[in-house]
Amino acid sequence: MDFELSASEEAFRQEVRDFLKENLPPPRERGPNFLSEWLTKVRAKRWVGFSWPKEVGGGGGSIIEQAILKEEMALAKAPPLGMSMMGLAWVGPGIIQYGTDEQKQRFIPDILDSKVTWCTGYSEPNHGSDLAAIQTKAELTADGKHYVVNGQKIWTSLAPWADWIILLTRTQFDVDVKHKGITCLLVDMKTPGVEVRPIENMAGDRHFAEVFFTNAKVPVENRLGKEGEGWMVTVSALANERSSIGEVTQLYDKLDTLRDLVKRSKKNGQPASNDQSTRRRIAEFEAKIAAMKYNGMRYLTKQLKGEPLSSETSVNKLHRASLEIDMDDFAVALSGAAGLELAGGAEAVDKGKWAKASLGWPNVVIGGGTPNIQRNIIAERILGLPKDGSD
Amino acid sequence: MNFGFTEEQELLRDQVRKFMQGACPLSTVRKIMATDDGGSRALWQQMAELGWLGLVVPEAYGGLGLKWVDLTVVLEETGRGLSPLPLVSHTLAAVALARCGTEAQKKAWLPALASGSTTATLALYDEPNWIHPDAVTLTAKNRRLVGSKPFVADAGVADLFVIACRTEAGLSLALVPRDATGVAVALQPIMDRTKRMGTVTLDVVLAPDQFMALADDDLAYLTDCGAVAVTAELVGAAEATLAMTTAYAKQRVQFGNLIGKYQGVKHRLAEMFVDIESFKSLLYYAAWTVDDAPHELPRAASLAKAYASDAAARIGIDGVQLHGAIGFTAEYDVQLYLKRTKWARPAYGDSDHHYERVAALGGL
Ligand SMILES: Cc1cc2nc3c(=O)[nH]c(=O)nc-3n(C[C@H](O)[C@H](O)[C@H](O)COP(=O)(O)OP(=O)(O)OC[C@H]3O[C@@H](n4cnc5c(N)ncnc54)[C@H](O)[C@@H]3O)c2cc1C
Repeated sequence: MDFELSASEEAFRQEVRDFLKENLPPPRERGPNFLSEWLTKVRAKRWVGFSWPKEVGGGGGSIIEQAILKEEMALAKAPPLGMSMMGLAWVGPGIIQYGTDEQKQRFIPDILDSKVTWCTGYSEPNHGSDLAAIQTKAELTADGKHYVVNGQKIWTSLAPWADWIILLTRTQFDVDVKHKGITCLLVDMKTPGVEVRPIENMAGDRHFAEVFFTNAKVPVENRLGKEGEGWMVTVSALANERSSIGEVTQLYDKLDTLRDLVKRSKKNGQPASNDQSTRRRIAEFEAKIAAMKYNGMRYLTKQLKGEPLSSETSVNKLHRASLEIDMDDFAVALSGAAGLELAGGAEAVDKGKWAKASLGWPNVVIGGGTPNIQRNIIAERILGLPKDGSD
Repeated sequence: MNFGFTEEQELLRDQVRKFMQGACPLSTVRKIMATDDGGSRALWQQMAELGWLGLVVPEAYGGLGLKWVDLTVVLEETGRGLSPLPLVSHTLAAVALARCGTEAQKKAWLPALASGSTTATLALYDEPNWIHPDAVTLTAKNRRLVGSKPFVADAGVADLFVIACRTEAGLSLALVPRDATGVAVALQPIMDRTKRMGTVTLDVVLAPDQFMALADDDLAYLTDCGAVAVTAELVGAAEATLAMTTAYAKQRVQFGNLIGKYQGVKHRLAEMFVDIESFKSLLYYAAWTVDDAPHELPRAASLAKAYASDAAARIGIDGVQLHGAIGFTAEYDVQLYLKRTKWARPAYGDSDHHYERVAALGGL
């Protein structure tokens, strides 16, 4: 057991730090062109799509180098390495793994250059956790040149401004198991017959939307992977989800701001930092974050030894979900009624930051597979318990 | 970077696991539980021959000179098998000697501990629920130690008591052989009979070289080592509970289904897995800090023990609960694990103590 990095890994960390020192001024010193310049520079470093093979324009970074890059970026509170979030997270990896050469040439550079916004059309009104049961229909035209898509997606994040959507459709309905007959399409959001209706969430934002498809014609060359094998494409693309390294750094950072809030707050007329239960809550958060950190290192070690990661990542997803809910909620509760005030309120704590944040957890907690689904995954795939009908 | 075990460590784990399964299965554990002193000389001798009694004792004093990460591997496995043998208390006594003893004291005692010819135990606090220098109240005046030490681990089988006390020179550790005149041991009726504790009553005059100075940070260090050791055994015990309960859930049918199909059962088992994974990771880090980053030990040990104390106690309870009435029977083994997790909770600090320390270390 050791936490040493090799000389070249240390050198890489230093390279990242040097770069950040030079190119990441403090927020108030950043000019109007900062972000676009930042994106160009990190792109030139090949740190966008850092884990992707060099042939497609990625960085070919090793697993450890990826972890170092993520950690340093999070420590420095740097902006994202690219603006095409879902493109970088799973659409790109999906195309790299299953796409044709034409698809790679057509889509990958734009993702790396933050030129397109992708959204993800998986969930439907009647099929959320039970994703494989989706019903949105895609039918090949008689000439075999197009799929005609009819149906509805929902909760599609970023859809109101996305350029493209990675879409799960059903091309076959008479199947023995629901995972068959699913086909993955890459669809231009400007296609006639695609209509987006934003939905307001409880925080007052309109980030996700319903997306309706009415006889939308999608060229057959935009199919990702083989017809009927879309489930596999989705599953392996989702397996590319980020490791928890960057998240842990962010959570530690948030813990620092929570401690700072406690030090500034009073409870029962006394400094809140003297309050037993408050102190214990903070320490419990730290234990969970530290557990995520060292769990993550154990899983990283497994990967380095060439063992595939199985469902263990659900452990950290469950911790993350509870921290995501509890930390902001703790901050709101700490200040009593004042904790409820949003921006603009005379008593608002930290300009309503915590109040607003405390309404944002569903992004993480529901968006990436609910806690119950994670528990099912652990129970069934790791402990080998019988399925309860879900899968 | 490598946050995993070496091949040698995996072999060691295998060896201990086989030892527990072969030489000290739960049927044997129950026999030892039924004895008066709670020990087994024969098994202890076997462990001594395998070198485990001096695992972290430096080679210069007859030990194997291995690290706490290696010890953790051993203790996970002895914990899995609910070993009633005094490996933890004996090792901690050796660690206390190695840290606080003079060269002469180390030479005089450590080889005997490493070889197992002397079985030792460490007794720090006089209060059952207070981890603090002020909780050491037993006092020696003019080298005469009078009073009693409660809750001494493995008191029934130890030949040597390493006992924290106050002297004119401040906090000290006294080295008290069991057979010295004026030493009496009474075992306490502790619910976990695999972890016997006793009260040692003392009225003894000791030689100068039977005292070692104990600075506050030595006391904290030994407490942290204790927390790490107890947590290591808890990982094994909790995993055994989970394995036993999972196996039962795959075999017991109610309402026409295996009970493991019901989410009330399977989700609780999944949560047990989450907790065990997590305090295991915290433990591994803490064990690593003992030798390789001692300045980080206090926080690391507290995080691990705080998380483990409560999570394991809950796992012990739910392990019984998920078995239904059979889990409540004396004959069934899962209840033995419940008792062990309760025993471990206050040992070297409960979650209130350790979370409070984490809060303070974090600047609150
Ligand atoms: C902020 C946000 C952003 C999102 N972005 C996207 C996106 O970009 N693209 C996209 O396709 N989807 C997106 N989603 C949808 C998300 O993937 C689904 O909401 C999620 O999979 C759950 O599905 P559902 O909402 O239909 O809930 P349901 O599946 O109906 O679940 C309702 C409740 O039942 C529980 N439940 C369901 N099945 C089981 C079971 N077998 N055992 C025990 N409990 C069960 C769930 O845990 C949940 O608590 C987003 C969701 C949110 C909240």
